[in-house]
Order: sequence, then structure tokens, then C-alpha cells
Amino acid sequence: MNWIAAQRRAFLLALRRLAATPLNTLLSVLGIGIALALPVAGYLLLGHVTALAQGTAATPQLTVFLAVDAERKTAQAVEAKLKAESAVAKTQLLAREDTLARMKNAGASGGLADAIAVLPKNPFPDAIVITPADDAPGAIDQLAATLRNAREWRDIEHVQVDADWARRLAALIRLAKTGVLLLASLLGIGLLAIVFNTIRLQALTRRDEVEVSRLLGATDGFIRRPFLWHGSLLGLAGGLLAWLIVAGAVFWLRLPVAELASLYGIDLLLALPGPLESVLLLGGAALLGWLGATLSIGQHLRHME
Amino acid sequence: MIRFDRISKRYPPDITALTDISAEIGAGELVTITGHSGAGKSTLLRLIPAIERPTGGSLLVNGQNVGSLRRSALPYLRRNIGLVFQDQKLLFDRSALDNVLLPLEIAGFPLKEAKRRAEAALDKVGLLKRARALPIALSGGEQQRLAIARAVAHRPALLLADEPTAYLDADTARDVANIFIEFQRVGVTVLAATYDASLFPVARQLRLDHGRLT
Repeated sequence: MNWIAAQRRAFLLALRRLAATPLNTLLSVLGIGIALALPVAGYLLLGHVTALAQGTAATPQLTVFLAVDAERKTAQAVEAKLKAESAVAKTQLLAREDTLARMKNAGASGGLADAIAVLPKNPFPDAIVITPADDAPGAIDQLAATLRNAREWRDIEHVQVDADWARRLAALIRLAKTGVLLLASLLGIGLLAIVFNTIRLQALTRRDEVEVSRLLGATDGFIRRPFLWHGSLLGLAGGLLAWLIVAGAVFWLRLPVAELASLYGIDLLLALPGPLESVLLLGGAALLGWLGATLSIGQHLRHME
Repeated sequence: MIRFDRISKRYPPDITALTDISAEIGAGELVTITGHSGAGKSTLLRLIPAIERPTGGSLLVNGQNVGSLRRSALPYLRRNIGLVFQDQKLLFDRSALDNVLLPLEIAGFPLKEAKRRAEAALDKVGLLKRARALPIALSGGEQQRLAIARAVAHRPALLLADEPTAYLDADTARDVANIFIEFQRVGVTVLAATYDASLFPVARQLRLDHGRLT
């Protein structure tokens, strides 16, 4: 019997064994499918959030504030000097009177206008919005540090990097990615455990067959092969179920999520896993199933010595 | 074909099953091992396919020293041997034909050829009509014949049988014994442990008594 014929025999045998214990098969596939669906859903969601974050943080800016009592001439001088800097692409001076007017209007419906009205004088300083020439986080940080610390910029009272929130989001996304990875690892181990146990039970029920096969001259490879297919098929079926669960969730949640996002002015349409992601999911699940079966049947055969 | 050279077998802590066995079985011989229950007949047979290993002496099968064979070499040793066990070891979850197919699949025959040989083996023991039956539906004699069919399907040069006629009535026992005698006639080396040597009148006898040859 050549290799392909041997694999074919083992594959068909594994299918028969799966079908012979439908309830066990169903339970294992359910366990694997649900365990895999969680990290897959997390991964997809993260992909969406990452894409959104990249879209919004495209133009980071710095705002420098002068002292409240600084004169307009100082502000203009600072702006002129900033314009001459090579790290600065564009500047925009926000006069403190304009800021006050804008804030009064913006706060018209709330208590902000009232609060501003009772203040004895304009609380806002002159400000200059800077668009940096290089929008890499490192370059922006360096520019901000220079403006904060250098003696020639001592007229600047406060520097604010507007991309801070975007970086906080990026840090959050990184944390979430680690979380998803951790979840995937844990549930991957769970999958291994499910397959390990299923194959162990299979091997125990087929103890006689294994023993007789050995006495008739079967190699360990011959005995192992159907069990490995069994585990791989369980993993594959679980991966398929996970895909279906995620696809179902996407279709079900697509409209409500889009509605909610649009309230925040965000354009978010949940998408199905892509072809590459789907293949990776199914392949990874089958591989984990194979690995679980390898560990289980190997342990069992050693134990049967 | 088989040479026992000062073979002994002990089980821990202090049970001696075989002591100082030296014997030779030539190709094409029919040999019976007789002796009382517990004399060591089964143990002697189990040494040949290395189901158990001797604790002393050397055992050559087809020129191979079985006692020192690596575990990974055992399958290939066993494929040259047909085994009929005292408890038959049939698989009850599959048909008679599928039981006979198992050693052929293990030996790597293509399915078509395997089926042909399995049916030939079932025919030889008179069970071809029961090929689709589950072992549980077969009588004791039929089960024993099925076990023989499985042992000979891949046409091994050596056939070992442990009490193949135990639990059978006299007539059935004679039928089963005759199957072995016929195999020996076509050139198979047959070694059978039996309580009743009269079933194999043409056989050479090895008599065991408390683990020693007499």
C-alpha cells in the first residue's frame, strides 16, 4: 500500500469513527468552535478599530500656548520664529479674543458661557497651532521637547501634543492585541485539551483493535494514522464552526454597530474574515487538532507497552 | 526455521515459566507442544513473535535473534507469522471479512488484492458464506476458524496456534485440527500448543513439564 492509499484508508476510517459516535463528535466540535470563535471575533474587531485609529490620527498637531499676560507682539514674534524652523510645516495663530468668542458660542447651550461671563478677564492665552514637517511620533516628541525646554522658546508657556489621545488609543490597541493573543493562546491550549481527551477516549474504546493490530504486525505509524486524521478533522470542523459563528455574529451585529458608530460620526461596517484569514483559521485549527491527537495517541501507545 | 537455545523465562518476583529449553523446528514441520496446564506452552509460543522476551538464552526465528530485536523491528517479524490465539482476539465491531482484512491492510496490500486474499482465506476455512456476519453471530467453531483465516490470509510461512481446539466439541476440534494439517501439507510451518496431541497424529511432539522439555 503506497503512502496515499494508506492516508486514504486512515482518512476514511477516521470519518467512520467520527460518524460512529455522533454525540461525542458534536460536543467536541462545539467546544472547539466556541473556543476558537472568541479570539477570532476579537481579532476581527481589533482590525476594525486599528483601521479607524489609523484614519483619524493621520495629521498630528502641536499647540503652543503663551502666558495669559503675554503681549500680541510676543505671540507674533514666536509665530514668525516657528515658521523659520525646519521642523515646522505650517503655523496658525489663534488670538485669545477669538478663542474667547468661540468658546462663548460653543458653550452657549451649556453653563460654559455663564462661567466665562463671570470671569473678570479673558482666561485664554494666545495660542499657535503647529503642523509639524515630519509627523512621525519621535519627531513630534523631539519638537515638543525643544519648544518646552530650549531657552530661545522661553516665551512659550505650555506645549500640547494633540496626537496624545491617538497615541493613547494606539497603546490601548496594543494592549488589546496582547489580550487577544493571550486569549487565543489559552483557548488554543483548551482546543488541544479537548482533542487530547477525545482521542484518548477513542484510543481506550479501540484498545482491542490497537492491541490486535500490534500483534498482527502493525507499526505505530499505522495505528496512529487514523487517530491523527480524527484529531485533524475535529480541529477542522471546529474551525469551520468558529468561522460560521463569527460570520453569523457579523451579519447579526452589522447594522446595529454601523448605526451606533454613525452616531459618533464613524463609518464602521463589520466585515467577514478575509480569504487568507479564513484559510489560516481552518489550517491552524486542523493543525492544533493534529497536534492534540499526536500527543494523545503517542502517550497512549507508550502507556500500552 | 526456529531455534530455541537454552531459553529460560522468569517472571518477577520468583516465578520460573521456562527452564533451559533447547529445540529446533525446521521449515515445513508440524510440531505440537503438549503438557499440563501451566507447563509453559503458551509462554513458549509467545516468545516467537516477541510478545514476550526470554530472560535467558537465545531464540532465532528465520535467522533473526528475536530476543534482541529492536521494538521498531517487531512489526516486520510478526508479519511473517500467523497467530491464532487461545482467546482468538477477534474484533467484534466488524464483519468476519473485515477481521480477515486487517492483517492484509497492515501488510500493505492494495484493497482489491486484500479482498481477494481475505475471501480466499475465508473459503479455505469454509466461512465464505458468513463473510458479512459479525463474529458474535458465529458459533464457537466458526469463530475459531475465522481466527485461523485471519492468521493465514497474508500467507505467512509460520503459523502459531495456542490451544486452537480448546472449548470445541470433539467433531469440531477434529475439523479445526485438520485445517492446520492441511496448511502443513502445502508447506507452512505449524507450531501448535494443544492439550490433545491425538488431534494431530502426524505431528512431532514437544512435551513440556513444569517449564522443562521432557
